[in-house]
Amino acid sequence: MARKKGRLTQEVNAGSMADIAFLLLIFFLVTTTIASDKGILNILPPKQDPNQPPPEVLLNERNIFNILVNANDQLLVEGEYLDNTEKLSEDLKDFILNFGAPDEDAVALFNSLPASLRNRAKRSSDSSDHPMSGGAVVSIKTNRGTSYERYLEVLDQVKRAYFEIYAERVGLTSDQYRALTGKNPAERELLDRGKEGIPMAISIAEPDKIGGN
Amino acid sequence: MSKFKKKTGTSQNIPTSALPDIIFMLLFFFMVTTVLREQEILVEQKIPQATQLQKLEKKTLISYLYIGKPKNTAMFGAEPRVQANDVLINTKDIVLWVNQEKDKLSEAERDQITISMKADRDVKMGPISDVQFELREADARKLLYAAVGKVQN
Repeated sequence: MARKKGRLTQEVNAGSMADIAFLLLIFFLVTTTIASDKGILNILPPKQDPNQPPPEVLLNERNIFNILVNANDQLLVEGEYLDNTEKLSEDLKDFILNFGAPDEDAVALFNSLPASLRNRAKRSSDSSDHPMSGGAVVSIKTNRGTSYERYLEVLDQVKRAYFEIYAERVGLTSDQYRALTGKNPAERELLDRGKEGIPMAISIAEPDKIGGN
Repeated sequence: MSKFKKKTGTSQNIPTSALPDIIFMLLFFFMVTTVLREQEILVEQKIPQATQLQKLEKKTLISYLYIGKPKNTAMFGAEPRVQANDVLINTKDIVLWVNQEKDKLSEAERDQITISMKADRDVKMGPISDVQFELREADARKLLYAAVGKVQN
């Protein structure tokens, strides 16, 4: 009798406690957002020495892919008006891989590319000579009144063109290539092999004064 | 002998019914005391979308700049402003701020500092390029345009 009583008082109904804990856990799991640092990486050019004029860069017009965005967020790509940026990355890939007038190194680079990329080489004389340094350059110029969103959209498409070329060279998808961290030698090697010989030559011009303050 | 056995039988189960309560108390204590974000964002932040996102590896190297229209327009005006840490700063002070951020890093990592620029999508390129110019002056040339993912078509 005495023993029975003791057992009764000892037992507290704690069966639903786990459910409550779970509910709380799931609630907080769903509602918390961990701030992630994702974005588009850009390397700014080094600062200019006021005493020295910027170095003269001699580039042929055919080697520059001009993208202008005006204060109304309208696009002028290579002298042509564009409504949206959808086709931009394809045009860019054609421009970068044109191989109009390749030198010896560029020919070697061309031969190292997979067939799908080699097919893009139109060898047109009014597009870029070769994608190596000193060759194709993508120039983005905005106004001060251009919206940041539009600028980022254009930059995004330019990056996309380059990343898709890099990824195709090493046989990955663009998403996989961008996820490479370079932490271990195998990933490092893939990253380098993708980029080798095709530097990301994106020139972001100083915006001019129109439409802003 | 039989008495002895009985005794061990009863003392075997330790009452553990209070254990969830203790865990709960701990959980609540830490939930209440942890501060998730120590700085208040004073400017509007509608981060633009992009597809070609890259992740940054070392979080310690990142410093954040927030650019956007101030939330409190009565106090700070309607023009886009730059926020660093928890105050709004002028564009001219960015160089100073970058140097302060660099001082927090170790000697070897100073030139690897990365600025994550969280700009509102409605900001114009004018203020953005002013900030970029100052960052070049301060020799903090790695810049990340913070963006959120968009479904690729």
